[in-house]
Amino acid sequence: MSKRIEVNDLNCYYGKFKAVEDVTMTIEPRSVTAFIGPSGCGKSTFLRTLNRMHEVIPGAFVEGDVLLDGNNLYGPGVDPVNVRRQVGMVFQRPNPFPTMSIKDNVLAGYRLNKQRMRASEADSLLESSLKSANLWEEVKQRLDKPGSGLSGGQQQRLCIARAIAMQPEVLLMDEPCSALDPISTLAVEDLIQELKETYTIVIVTHNMQQAARVSDETAFFNIAGTGAPGRLIEMGSTDKIFATPDVQATEDYITGRFG
Amino acid sequence: MATVTQSTQEVTPSPGSERAAPPPRRRIGDRVFSGVATGSGITILVILVAVAGFLLMQAFPALTTSPDVLEEQGYGEFWSWILPFAWGTVWASFWALLLGVPVAIGIALFISHYAPRRLASGLGYVIDLLAAVPSVVFGLWGSIVLATAVQPLWMWLNEYFGWIPFFAGQVSGTGRTLLTASIVLAVMILPIITSLCREIFLQTPVLHEEAALALGATRWEMVKMSVLPFARAGIISSVMLGLGRALGETMAVAMVLSGAPVITVEVLTSQNPNTIAAVIAQNFAEAYGLKTNQLIAGGLVLFAITLLVNMGARLIVSRYKEFSGAN
Amino acid sequence: MSTLTSTTNKVNPLTAGQLPGFALWVTLAGSVVIGGIIDSLVFYGFDIWTTAFLGAVIFLPVIYAVARGVEGRRAAADRLATALVSGAFLLALLPLVSLLWETLSNGVARFDATFFTWSMRNVIGDGGGAIHALYGTLIVTGIATLISVPIGLMTAIYLVEYGRGPLARGITFFVDVMTGIPSIVAGLFAYALMAIVFGPGTVNGFSGSIALTVLMIPIVVRATEELLRIVPNELREASYALGVPKWRTILSVVLPTALSGIVSGIILSIARIIGETAPLMIAAGFTNSINTNPFANPMMTLPVFVYDQYAHPGIERVFYNERAWTGALTLIALVMVLNLLGRFIAKRFAPQTGR
Repeated sequence: MSKRIEVNDLNCYYGKFKAVEDVTMTIEPRSVTAFIGPSGCGKSTFLRTLNRMHEVIPGAFVEGDVLLDGNNLYGPGVDPVNVRRQVGMVFQRPNPFPTMSIKDNVLAGYRLNKQRMRASEADSLLESSLKSANLWEEVKQRLDKPGSGLSGGQQQRLCIARAIAMQPEVLLMDEPCSALDPISTLAVEDLIQELKETYTIVIVTHNMQQAARVSDETAFFNIAGTGAPGRLIEMGSTDKIFATPDVQATEDYITGRFG
Repeated sequence: MATVTQSTQEVTPSPGSERAAPPPRRRIGDRVFSGVATGSGITILVILVAVAGFLLMQAFPALTTSPDVLEEQGYGEFWSWILPFAWGTVWASFWALLLGVPVAIGIALFISHYAPRRLASGLGYVIDLLAAVPSVVFGLWGSIVLATAVQPLWMWLNEYFGWIPFFAGQVSGTGRTLLTASIVLAVMILPIITSLCREIFLQTPVLHEEAALALGATRWEMVKMSVLPFARAGIISSVMLGLGRALGETMAVAMVLSGAPVITVEVLTSQNPNTIAAVIAQNFAEAYGLKTNQLIAGGLVLFAITLLVNMGARLIVSRYKEFSGAN
Repeated sequence: MSTLTSTTNKVNPLTAGQLPGFALWVTLAGSVVIGGIIDSLVFYGFDIWTTAFLGAVIFLPVIYAVARGVEGRRAAADRLATALVSGAFLLALLPLVSLLWETLSNGVARFDATFFTWSMRNVIGDGGGAIHALYGTLIVTGIATLISVPIGLMTAIYLVEYGRGPLARGITFFVDVMTGIPSIVAGLFAYALMAIVFGPGTVNGFSGSIALTVLMIPIVVRATEELLRIVPNELREASYALGVPKWRTILSVVLPTALSGIVSGIILSIARIIGETAPLMIAAGFTNSINTNPFANPMMTLPVFVYDQYAHPGIERVFYNERAWTGALTLIALVMVLNLLGRFIAKRFAPQTGR
């Protein structure tokens, strides 16, 4: 349920514009890696290349390789749809399907693969996903109510449950708490700590304290100027990056001199 | 000016003196202009009342004269006269919707989600060309070109599927049947339904589309999960607007069919129920006296039907807006 | 690096089960060929349309079955959906192309000087033309535009600039109702109006204009309302801040900004009205002679001319049909020109609103 990710010389383009340049990194299984950096530095763009969501925008493409346990996501003949079944994603704004109930939301992705699930199988998957997302107790009485009727924090945990119901290898999270209040943020952060026992997690955050709290490894991205591509400046264990970074720019960002 | 400085010294306005200053005197230019504008708006209401009123006045004799007099001088007792035409109107529109709506929704999906982005607006324009063609040209094409082209197909349908009541009967030799007219109607309502549905499909929040894609959905699955549920109300209302248009369409039917006052479900024969609009168009020039009144009364009935359909469409949109997930 | 070389040996599981690109086209071609064979044997001889239709009908289940076997149920459903949706689009192109082609090829026969200079007065059989209908369309549509545009524009101004509250909501609702009036009912109304005011059987060009006005006003209202709403509020506020009264602001700031769009909207409304047949049959009637007086006697219009030639032919039907097609061609040409003109004006003269 968790794999290692290797990125080799990845460049991301929107048409002619190069958004991210020459990223090489390794992400270990069962860890939490945080991408930090000032806004516009390409960290979200890069995150979306890890499950080929980048291509949803017309004209967007990448050069380079992303290897999931040795299999190139961008190899010839690879179907992006297959990739996304193995690499799940949680978005910045919670987006449960408004016309579906809580139960249908959680099972939505899984049902795409197995149209007929016996009721017992569906219920046990529902319960385990919601429990893994720390949402079960709060919604177990109202599984048939619409997903949009929950609070922001609960909706985000619902989206997390929906993503992990697919039993992905990797879970990508694009600023998952930036639309949430502090209490819900804490709940999601605790959840991430539990999930890393099972999944490889990559999280983009603009909140450095969150990165320090939650992640094992941190990658710092930066951008030279407007119109220039974003680059990976430094990556290492979170303790090291926040205490004794190698690159001056990293230290400037951490200490708040810019960004 | 004195009143203005006074109000800045008051801390809390006492009840009954919420106005700090008297309202400014409306300039004459403003009064005249806004009066003209409001008057124009009211003209709309006047016109509508006039339409209903004048029609009613001219239709009145046909609705109130005794059936015997109507037999001689008109077309016969009103409600039994109009019944087959009402049936024809509904039946033709039913087939038009059956044939046209799936194709229209498919086209809208094609343009919004399947076609290459750069071509999308161009393709939309091509479909909108259908809307620019006048109905009389559709009528000409339908009766001369389409009827002859489609006649062999009707023969084949009648031969192999004649056991279905719709396709039974003595098949027409010219191909100018109700089903042919319905095809023309379907083509005519295509652009309305397509352009409305296209707009709605394009408005699906990207967030929900991406949610589906991130779960590993194929394009069709994403459409099923995010686009179509979001567009449900809009699709229904666009279909009803298309229905309204089909019900009132005159020329296509008048030129394709030579209708008979029969009530039948058979759509392939040469005995076809006419529509209200077509029967009015075909007979108006030669009508006089009570006959004219009767035709106008038929128009009133048609007006009432289309009014109900259109209002129903708007009601559905407003009622289901809360459930569309657009909030 | 060692992981890279190992991927060239083992199959990337992410690619497993995909149809090669050419498979789609091969299946399509094969289906059409089979369709042609069936057509020749089973149906009444070979013809291209039946073959194409059969080919399509065969293609759909075949591609689904093939894809299902190789790629799985979900991908097969996706391919089927793509095929159906693309097919729907192609299906819609058929009548469009057929219609334009037939009108063009049948209409050029009489697209000559005689057609545009003669009326049908005293013409039986060959010859004659539609000049009376062209005059009629010009006059009837012109009068309708002169009445509809001021009313429609001012109503739009009311709705955008002044309207708040129940009256505005009512008016907007009833404009919607007006868009739904069947065109023939508008014609009956004009006839009824004339019958009550001037006596039964009063049929003339002006009555036709009244019918067209009822149809045209809501179109003008909707088109111009949209354009007035697009004018950014900042422009209005800048004007008020300079002390310019509201009515002046509308006339000098809002309208000029929206002007190109308004003109284009009016032209497009005319394009939609000019082809209306049923109301004019009823209200303006039929005639074979030129009539330039809209207040007396029936007036022929181009769309009614087309209908008349088709529905009331003389002895040699072919000449009447020819004239009908040429009338149809002229009508379509007029509508296309107006459409292009309208869109051109909208694009070319669009103000830079800085967006």
